[in-house]
Amino acid sequence: MPRKTLKIKSKVEYLSILDGKGKVDESLDPKLDPEFAIYIYRLMVVARRLDERCINMQRQGRIGTYGPCRGQEAAHCASTVVMDADDWVIHAFREPGSFYHRGWPLETVLKFWGGYEEGCEPPEGVNDTPIAVPIATQTLHAMGIAWGMKLRGKNNAVLCYCGEGGTSEGDFHEAMNFAGVYHLPVVFLIQNNQWAISVPRDKQTASETIAQKALAYGFDGLQLDGNDPLSVYVGTKEAVDRAKSGGGPSLIEAVTYRLGVHTTADDPTKYRKQAEVEKWEKLDPIPRFEKYLIQRGMLDKKKVEAIEKSVLAEVAAAVDRYEASRIVDPLDCFDHLFSEMTPELKEQRAEFEAALKREGLAVDVPKNNEREKSRVGNNGNAAPCRRVQAPSTAGA
Amino acid sequence: MALMNMVGALNLALDDALRSDDSVVLLGQDIGLDEGVFRVTAHLLKRYGENRVIDTPLAEGAIVGGAIGMALYGLKPVAEMQFSGFAYQGFHQVEQHMSRFRNRTRGRFGVPMVIRMPYGGGIRAVEHHSESREAIYAHTPGLFMVIPSTPRNARALLLASIRSPEPIIFYEPKAVYRAFKEEVPEEPETMELGKAQVVREGSDLTMISYGAMMRPTLEAAVDLADREKASIEVIDLLTVSPLDTETITNSVSKTGRAVIIHEGPRKCGIGAEVVARIVEKSLMYLEAPIRRVTGFDVQFPYFAREQAFLPNADRIGHAAREVLAF
Repeated sequence: MPRKTLKIKSKVEYLSILDGKGKVDESLDPKLDPEFAIYIYRLMVVARRLDERCINMQRQGRIGTYGPCRGQEAAHCASTVVMDADDWVIHAFREPGSFYHRGWPLETVLKFWGGYEEGCEPPEGVNDTPIAVPIATQTLHAMGIAWGMKLRGKNNAVLCYCGEGGTSEGDFHEAMNFAGVYHLPVVFLIQNNQWAISVPRDKQTASETIAQKALAYGFDGLQLDGNDPLSVYVGTKEAVDRAKSGGGPSLIEAVTYRLGVHTTADDPTKYRKQAEVEKWEKLDPIPRFEKYLIQRGMLDKKKVEAIEKSVLAEVAAAVDRYEASRIVDPLDCFDHLFSEMTPELKEQRAEFEAALKREGLAVDVPKNNEREKSRVGNNGNAAPCRRVQAPSTAGA
Repeated sequence: MALMNMVGALNLALDDALRSDDSVVLLGQDIGLDEGVFRVTAHLLKRYGENRVIDTPLAEGAIVGGAIGMALYGLKPVAEMQFSGFAYQGFHQVEQHMSRFRNRTRGRFGVPMVIRMPYGGGIRAVEHHSESREAIYAHTPGLFMVIPSTPRNARALLLASIRSPEPIIFYEPKAVYRAFKEEVPEEPETMELGKAQVVREGSDLTMISYGAMMRPTLEAAVDLADREKASIEVIDLLTVSPLDTETITNSVSKTGRAVIIHEGPRKCGIGAEVVARIVEKSLMYLEAPIRRVTGFDVQFPYFAREQAFLPNADRIGHAAREVLAF
C-alpha cells in the first residue's frame, strides 16, 4: 500500500583498477600473467599503429574513408582476449585489434576500408562477424547467435561491440530485451567514446549512465574505465564467465574517448573543443598500461622498442599484402549472392562480362576452385578458429 | 493424400520440417500457445516444445535479426511476421544483413532462413493488414521471394524454402488460407524454387499471375473459354524473384498476347518486370499491347472499399477481351 522505492534485483556497478594517474587498486588488480599482459599491450600497439597507417593511406588515396580507433584500444583489445576460439565476437567498426587477435589477417581491415568485400571475409574457422556499418544492427545478430548457443546447449558466449550512439537505436533495445527474456549468453560491450560524429553523449541519452539501461531488461550493468585495460579485462571476463555458467546477459559501458576523427571525412573541430581532447589525451590507455607494466618489471624500454619494431614490420607487411591483393575481378559480384547462381543472374553476368571486355576492363584473376568449393553451404558450427593464441590467463 | 486447406498444408510443411531436421526452429509472435493468429502453427508447440516453437516478444526487428544470428550459428530459423504490414520494423535487417551476408563474406556465411508472412486483401482486416508489397523484396538483391497459390503448392514450396540454403521471403495469400481445399500428399513433397508453372494450357493469350490472384485469373480464363471459345494459357509464377523468364517468354512467344494480374501496386510492380522481360525477349511475337490488371498506385483502401478495389475476374476478362480484339 504505501509509496516506496522499489528494490530492483539487477544492479549497476562502476569499476576502475588502474586509474589515469597510474595508481592501482591492489585488491582489484587481476595480476595478469606477464606474458598475457604484454600480449594485450602489444595488441593495443598493433591497433594504434595500424590505425595511424590507415589514416596516412587514406590521405594518400590508397584506401577510402577510414574510421579510426585511437584512444579506444584498451576498450576493445582487453575485452576480445577474453573470448575462446569457439565463442563468437560480433564487431561494429572500430575494433581493428579484435580482428587481428581473432585471427583475421591484418590486411583485412585495409581491404574493408579500401573498398573490397574481401575485408568482410572471415578466415576459415573464425566465428566472428565482419564490420557492421549500420549502427547497432549487429546487436541482434549477437543475440541470435547466443540464442543458438543456448538452444544447442553449448557452453559458449558472444561478445558484441557497439557504440554509445548505437544505444539510441531500436535494435539495441530489442537485442537487450530478447537477451534478458531468454537469459542468453551474450555480453554487450558499449564503447562510450563520448561522440557519435557530432552528437555528444549527453545529447544521446538522458540516462546518467549507459550501463543502467541493463536494469530495464532485467540484468546487470557495469560501467568501467574503458581506458584501463585491467578494468576492461576483469569486467569482460566476469561477464563472459557468468554468461557461460548460465548467468545470462550483461551490459558493459566502457567509458573511453575517440581521440581522432569519426572518420577521415569528418572535422571534429566543428563540434568539440581542443581542450576536451587534450584532457583525454592524458588518459590515453597505451602509455598508462606501458607505465604499469614497466613499474611491475614486466616491460622495459628495450622491450618496448622491440615490440614497436616488430609491430611496425607486421603492419608494413600487411600493407604490402593488401597492395598485392588489390587486383580483383569485378565480375565476381555475381558469384556469392546465392549458393547457386540463378538463371537471371547468369544472364546479367554474361552482359557485364561482355561490357568489361568491350571496355578493356576485364581482369584475369586466377581462380582457386578448391577454395571456392569449400565455401558452399553454411558454416555455422565451424571448427575451432585459428586465432592468434593468447597465452593462458591468470588471476581475475 | 488428404484434403486440406492452405492453413493445414502450411502446418503440414512446418511439421515435416521440424520432424526431419532438428536445426529447424520456428519463432514469432503468438505462434506457440496461441498457435498463430491464423493457426498455421497449430499443435507444433505441443509436439516439438518451446525450444523449437518459440513465442517471442513483440519486436519484428529482433525476430528477423535474431533469426539471422541463429542462421549464422547453423540453425534453420523460420520466422513468422504476423502480418506483412508489420514486417517493415524488421525490413532494415532484411535489406542490410539477411540479403547481404553471403555476398559480403564472399560465401563464407550464408543465412539460410525463411520469413513467412501473410499478405494481401480480401479478409475485412484493419488498416496495415491487407497490403501486397512483394515488389519491395523482389527489388532487393540477394533474396528469394516465394508466393504459393494453393494448399498443395504452399506445402511443397514452404518445405522447399526451409530446406533451401538461400534467404527466403515466403508470402502467404491469407485470402486463400481457408478459401478452398485440395488433395495434399501425406509424404513430404517439395517443388523447385524459381520455377513458374503453366497451370492451364492455351494458344490465344497468356495470363500471368501468382498468389491470391490466381483464383480470379483462372475464373476469367475459364469464362473466356466457355463464352468466347478463347484458348487461354495461365502461368502461376510461384517464385516472383528470381523470375522464371523462360516459362513466361516461351508462352508469350506462342500466344502473342499477355495479361498480367497482381493485387500489389502497378508502378514498379512484378507486372512491370514481367512486361519488360517479354518486351526484351519476345517483342517480335507480340500481336497486341500487354495489359496489367493490378492494384492501383494508391494506399490499399480500408476494408469497406476493398472488394471494389481488388482485381476480379470481370476486370481480368475485360482486359483479356481487349487484348484479344486488338
